Amino acid sequence: MARATEDNIGGIEQFESLPRRILTVWLPLAVFVFVLLFPFYWMAITAVKPDNQLTDYNNYSPFWVVGPTLEHMKYLLFETTYPRWMWNTVIVSVASTAISLFASVLAAYAIERLRFRGSRVTGLLIFLAYLVPPSILFIPLAFIVFQVGIFDSRLALILTYPTFLIPFCTWLLMGYFRSIPYELEESALVDGASRWQILTRVVLPLAVPGLISAGIFAFTLSWNEFIYALTFISSSENKTVPVGVLTELVRGDIYEWGALMSGALLGSLPVVILYSFFVDYYVSSMTGAVKE
Amino acid sequence: MPPPPAPAAQAPRKGVLARIAESRNALGLLFMLPAAAFLIFFLTYPLGLGVWLGFTDTKIGRTGVFIGIENYRWLFDDPVFWLTVFNTLFYTVFASIAKFALGLWLALLLNRHLPFKNVFRAIILLPWVVPTVLSAMAFWWIFDSQFSIISWVLMKLGVIAAPINFLGDPWNARWSVIAANIWRGIPFVAISLLAGLQTIPQSLNEAAAIDGATPWQRFRLVTLPLLTPIIAVVMTFSVLFTFTDFQLIYVLTRGGPVNATHLMATLSFQRAIPGGQLGEGAAIAVAMIPFLLAAILFSFFGLQRRKWQQGND
Repeated sequence: MARATEDNIGGIEQFESLPRRILTVWLPLAVFVFVLLFPFYWMAITAVKPDNQLTDYNNYSPFWVVGPTLEHMKYLLFETTYPRWMWNTVIVSVASTAISLFASVLAAYAIERLRFRGSRVTGLLIFLAYLVPPSILFIPLAFIVFQVGIFDSRLALILTYPTFLIPFCTWLLMGYFRSIPYELEESALVDGASRWQILTRVVLPLAVPGLISAGIFAFTLSWNEFIYALTFISSSENKTVPVGVLTELVRGDIYEWGALMSGALLGSLPVVILYSFFVDYYVSSMTGAVKE
Repeated sequence: MPPPPAPAAQAPRKGVLARIAESRNALGLLFMLPAAAFLIFFLTYPLGLGVWLGFTDTKIGRTGVFIGIENYRWLFDDPVFWLTVFNTLFYTVFASIAKFALGLWLALLLNRHLPFKNVFRAIILLPWVVPTVLSAMAFWWIFDSQFSIISWVLMKLGVIAAPINFLGDPWNARWSVIAANIWRGIPFVAISLLAGLQTIPQSLNEAAAIDGATPWQRFRLVTLPLLTPIIAVVMTFSVLFTFTDFQLIYVLTRGGPVNATHLMATLSFQRAIPGGQLGEGAAIAVAMIPFLLAAILFSFFGLQRRKWQQGND
């Protein structure tokens, strides 16, 4: 990622007056931040609100909470299958990420460095595969999953998630491999290293940032996945968090907003924590994938 | 002149493995194998199978028979199908335009020299990181017909007299789901365009400023043309993902009220899975493909034309 930010210091912006700057920069930015964050605030505050305050806007300010409670979380963790959904989501995300990384590293290396006959076309096909949306694949995939005999199992998700993870990871890793000097590999080849040795000892150590990017991205995408999990899983104990919260916690017409928002909050935490550690990798891989 | 001896005769015999390790083509094929296996079996094959299912009357639990274009003829006469086509286009057009405008604005704001720039960047990406279904549930609660916080604030301010029925009225529901989609989509557009903006040398902008260009002229004549390629890519992604959206609608309205927010993806799901009509659902999914191809081709040829106008890249 090119960084032109250093040039900006000073620049033409310094001629702007402060009031103008507040009006054209800080005010819009504040509105953006408020709107983008408000749903999370609302989610968090609802999750810890005692039931009697949830809808009583006359006696309590809706924006604050008096005497926060962990009742909703307790209910979720001890009286529902929620922990089990969490566990399923972790297993599915980790397994599909691992599979996708393995397949993508080999594919990206082959396309970018082995340059076998047809590698350019293969690269293009991989990119096109990324553009195929899950919402046109889920019906035939449900059919296949059923015939293979893995319907209603975590395996169904572990095997189908790589279809959208592999194209993305491969594309991302191709960019990283391209940035590694070819001379390093050539000298290793001259020294008699095999392709496998070059990949594992020379290329991969240098591509660690790329591997982290692809890994956390794949993990987040699997954690978010919904339509396959909704279609391929029927029993409660095999569901993932997004599907479980939506299909099992919503009962009848009375919504337990406290429990629902706790479920949404807890289900978001793992990816948000992961994200907070690797913000820069997120940003660079998001932009990298677009710029390629 | 005698032909040169065949290399195999001279070179010492090698094992199959060694020969594969030396041939780029064989090795490339071997390395491609895991990825290709997944993509062929779980992507290419289902894509073909989906097209085939669209020509059958397959139901859940019963293998179908080939019925030609009957599903499509049936859909052609189905007002709900045409309503979902309208909804999908409406949703895609308005959400994409707003995401582009707001995302670009945010990117331009963040491209300035600001203190805590990294903090802003991190905050702004959050809606994109949190699982859509879970954030959509927060919107579900925000849009609650009786206890919507938006209604409450507006009533306190004296703007409205009664709570707004966000998801119960057809047009309110359409705009509500679009608003949630915009909220979720802004980070992707903003961060991607920000990356594009940072590759534009500041000196170009300064030169234009010295020549007396107004900020608007600098944006329109310097920034925008240089940003066009990345805008095309970002918006292609954005349009594709908006057009095929499923999660948000499924959480917020399930297509209601009276099908006002049904998208092609949600109708396809509803007919196929709870409805059991796999063939018909597949036909609706297949009907999305021409739109997707059109979007891809539009941006592809749009980009080609720009390249041609600018001369060699």
